[in-house]
Amino acid sequence: MLKLTNVHQKFEIGTVNEKHVLCGIDLHINEGDFVTVIGGNGAGKSTMLNAVTGTNMITEGTITIDGSDVTKEPEFKRAKYIGRVFQDPRMGTASDMSIEENLAIAYRRGKPRTLKWGITHKEREEYKELLAELDLGLDTRLKDKTRFLSGGQRQALTLLMASFHHPKLLLLDEHTAALDPKTAAKVMELTVKLVEENKLTAMMVTHNMRDALRIGNRLIMLHKGSIILDISGDEKKKLNVPDLLDMFEKASGEEMDNDRMLLS
Amino acid sequence: MNVILGALAQGLLWAVMAIGVYITYRILDIADLTAEGCFTLGAGITCKLITSGFDPFISTFAALLGGLAAGLVTGLLHTKLKIPALLAGILTMTGLWSVNLRIMGRSNIAILRETSIISMLVESGLTKNMAAIISGTVLTVVVIAFLWWFFNTELGYSLRATGNNLNMIRAQGVNTDTSIILGVMLGNGLIALSSSLVSQFNGFADISMGMGTIVIGLASVIIGEVVFGRRSILNSLIAVALGSVLYRIIIALVLKLGMNSNDMKLISSILLVIALCFPAAREQVSRVLKNSLRKGGSTNA
Repeated sequence: MLKLTNVHQKFEIGTVNEKHVLCGIDLHINEGDFVTVIGGNGAGKSTMLNAVTGTNMITEGTITIDGSDVTKEPEFKRAKYIGRVFQDPRMGTASDMSIEENLAIAYRRGKPRTLKWGITHKEREEYKELLAELDLGLDTRLKDKTRFLSGGQRQALTLLMASFHHPKLLLLDEHTAALDPKTAAKVMELTVKLVEENKLTAMMVTHNMRDALRIGNRLIMLHKGSIILDISGDEKKKLNVPDLLDMFEKASGEEMDNDRMLLS
Repeated sequence: MNVILGALAQGLLWAVMAIGVYITYRILDIADLTAEGCFTLGAGITCKLITSGFDPFISTFAALLGGLAAGLVTGLLHTKLKIPALLAGILTMTGLWSVNLRIMGRSNIAILRETSIISMLVESGLTKNMAAIISGTVLTVVVIAFLWWFFNTELGYSLRATGNNLNMIRAQGVNTDTSIILGVMLGNGLIALSSSLVSQFNGFADISMGMGTIVIGLASVIIGEVVFGRRSILNSLIAVALGSVLYRIIIALVLKLGMNSNDMKLISSILLVIALCFPAAREQVSRVLKNSLRKGGSTNA
């Protein structure tokens, strides 16, 4: 489904600040995989997702989605394959537009925008039902601007938007990190439900090791721009957090120094 | 009474200009200085064509096309050459000064004896102010109806989301360059349309008549939204049009107090400063300015 071949990402090339953030990533994700991605600060987790979405163009290597080479395609063209939820709840929706308008925009992801009405009556009914399923009281607030929603409500809404029309790939970039623990758990639960129900192929960056182990069928760990660990299936099921820390130390030759990952 | 009627006439003629500024400033979230050159452009094209014997309606339509073209230039500079919006606008505005002189052939064209939309209405028995009020109202209502429809289409949604959240709308598969270009064109087209009507009311086009356009436009937008609200697109559009009228009434009253018309630009600046004293307005201006200084197409919000 998703194939990264020898992907390198450098920033500020030719300056003293040159950073080599991804150093030859090779990754092949199969259809139906739910991959969790962990790694310390600056390991390149978000950069890898941004390389896939085309937010940043990679310096070297190729990226194919569902068999087509998208390496040179701009972000907006890749959007037809990809549903995304960002870490910052404000980034996923247009805050001055209403809930239904945001949903309608996502409903047309990857399609040309015409001069037809931006939302139809039929859609509105559909959105109402989908929002009712979220059970966050949003189904009666279709006309409210999303700026009035809480972080958790926004992430739930963004998740719903990202899963429209069965995207080839669902990318989640620490999408619960900015939420309080209770809300984060609820959003995570919804994530798993949506991925399973729609049989999506997903990649989720998380700083929560327990989530990384509990969720999905495959786990990869990044360190200094390389994949140092790639475990799937039964092997992943048997792991616990101390194992993971141990494996990190062995693979990287360093101790885990990320408080956020250890404490959560 | 006459003073109020005059202010009403001016306000309605300029309302469409304020709506044009609203599109770039509010919908796209950028400060577009093309407005200054574009205002002269619309008037210049109209007066040049009218004095060359063209039908006033055709001349007015040509002004709209000129405005769209000016917007296209700024839009391309900003999105394709990645020039910050504020600078892109200044570049087009500066270039337009020469373009306008070329079009007009000299720095001032009078059309007092020619047939214009206003003169046609006056001939049918209306006073000049009434002619302006009627033509201004018709144009404003048509423009508001059109924009209300447009901003509720799929394309309109993507334009609004572009000004609101670049990251989000790109992730939804919209080419934000196209949205920005389209929005800047639309805004400047409307500004030129408004100035076409203003020149037909004044009976002349002058090379420096666009000076201060952005200040008047912003003042109308901010006054309108503070007084009349901004709950929805339709609400905002009507508020901005009414804001333009309110702005003219305030100016008229200040002039009545003994300031003279040479003080106009100073008064309009002071008025905008006062409007900006409302915290919400001030916060927004600084955000838009920051946004406008950003390189086009940059991904960081």
